[in-house]
Amino acid sequence: MLLDASISELARGLRKRDFSSADLIKECYENIEKINPVVNALITVTDKDKALKNAREKDQQLNKSTSPLHGIPFVLKDAYVTKGIKTTAASKVLETYTPQYSATVYQKLLDAGAILVGKANMDAWGHGATSENTDFGPVKNPWDITRVAGGSTGGVAAAISTRMAAFGIGEDTGGSIRNPAAWCNITGLKVTYGRVSRYGCIAYASSFDTVGPMAKTVEDCALILQMVAGKDPRDATSSPQEVPVYAKTISEKTKEKIIGVPQELFNKDLHAEIKQSLLEAIKLFEKLGYKIKDISMSMISYGIPVYYLIAPSETSSNLARYDGIRFGLGRANFTRETMRRIMIGTYALSAGYYDAYYKKAQQVRTLFIKEYDKALTECDVLLMPVTPIPPTKIGETTNDPIKNWLIDVFTVTQNPVGVPSLALPCGFTGTNLPIGLQIVGKMFSESLIFQIGHAYQQASRWHLRRPNIIK
Amino acid sequence: MKSKLKLTEEEVKHIAKLANLPISAETIVKLKTDLSNILDLVNQLQKIDSQNVEPTNQVTKQENVFREDKVEKSLSQEEALSGATKKHNGYFQVGAVLEE
Repeated sequence: MLLDASISELARGLRKRDFSSADLIKECYENIEKINPVVNALITVTDKDKALKNAREKDQQLNKSTSPLHGIPFVLKDAYVTKGIKTTAASKVLETYTPQYSATVYQKLLDAGAILVGKANMDAWGHGATSENTDFGPVKNPWDITRVAGGSTGGVAAAISTRMAAFGIGEDTGGSIRNPAAWCNITGLKVTYGRVSRYGCIAYASSFDTVGPMAKTVEDCALILQMVAGKDPRDATSSPQEVPVYAKTISEKTKEKIIGVPQELFNKDLHAEIKQSLLEAIKLFEKLGYKIKDISMSMISYGIPVYYLIAPSETSSNLARYDGIRFGLGRANFTRETMRRIMIGTYALSAGYYDAYYKKAQQVRTLFIKEYDKALTECDVLLMPVTPIPPTKIGETTNDPIKNWLIDVFTVTQNPVGVPSLALPCGFTGTNLPIGLQIVGKMFSESLIFQIGHAYQQASRWHLRRPNIIK
Repeated sequence: MKSKLKLTEEEVKHIAKLANLPISAETIVKLKTDLSNILDLVNQLQKIDSQNVEPTNQVTKQENVFREDKVEKSLSQEEALSGATKKHNGYFQVGAVLEE
């Protein structure tokens, strides 16, 4: 299948005229037509004829100076506003909403010549770890359709895994890119907070939300990040830090770098097969010349209460704008999970409770920052599992909100601190369910974590395995 | 012995009012249990000593990000009204706030 290739392979193939962008688009729509009714990855599929026409134009325009993303098909989590194209955040509240402006990340990708084929299903507003908290039906895991794809960016992960597109843009607030990347066997990056503009990203928790690439390989993520990172006058939190040319340094040798492994994560709650995969990955990193250092990060167990106080507080404020008056439908259309989060947030911010809950959580947040500072001073990067368990069965956690929340235990501390984390495939369970690991770095260390992740993918084949559903 | 924090239905109704969420009596009962369980979870933070620790609100290390006070292109009136079901003479129509 053409879309088995990485973005750089596709870019080369297009320039050698081995195939055309129109060929890629045809393959996308074949896969969408065949597989989307089964996995339910996409809420909106863009018009096929328009996409083909666009692809043929891209084929005409292709030359030495066009970007690597020129003519390449992609999907967006349905949390990104796309002018003139329905955008729902997977909620009934926005079922009738057509944005009148476009997200910066979308515009940048269009300017780079990429072609949008669909808006992906997700946990509504980013609220979830399984893509079941959606008003459009759950996203099924392409590796086992009785199980969830992960969340909240489950639709993008499932779409890439089943070759409906070459890449996607997700959004990560507490693991929402990394969890589905791990559960669908793809690569995803939670960027440093502020690395990519959030303008046009429907906000969940504004001090945690990040916009990031999802694709089949680390190198692909680096190519995508290149095109979307950078300061945006429309996002006051976007960073003025220069954007390195990630692809230029991605193959540089980084031996002797120290990879820290927080021991507290490898306790009895970690699924045995996930633990085994991580231990094997550690052995491979050692073989590649990295130094492994066991460290302690005792605050990690408080990540869930910190996250599930601050994020709901911020979301209660962000979702206050949905009044059904200027656009969309009324507030009775929120799901119960979303109402839970709005209400906990409202309570935590309310008079008499603000100090004990919201303020306390923001103080513990400072302690998390200190703990990561210490760990990332002793080590260059940290290695962690992405989730404590493999993909759950559909419906398994919908009646147990806390069980659903605990899936996030390894991914909720990076967002309050702002550090980047790259999730990539590192193995499978005995029942062929994907397992992922994450490489966490200091703020703005994307170049280094790309180098380490790329080195791992050059020496392993997990990311090349394909789900049976596309065979 | 941990004391389980239980919200009353009155408290849940009050939170719903603050959050402008229209919820039925049946949902209030369900949310009472849900929210009480969540509070048990987040109350773990009380175990941590955070005296004299400054709260962190954001991690950008930036402050006072301004732009020039110049009028820039924005949405047209038509675009701004395009999503509303209740409009009148170029205005959004809303529920009455003031009584006669």
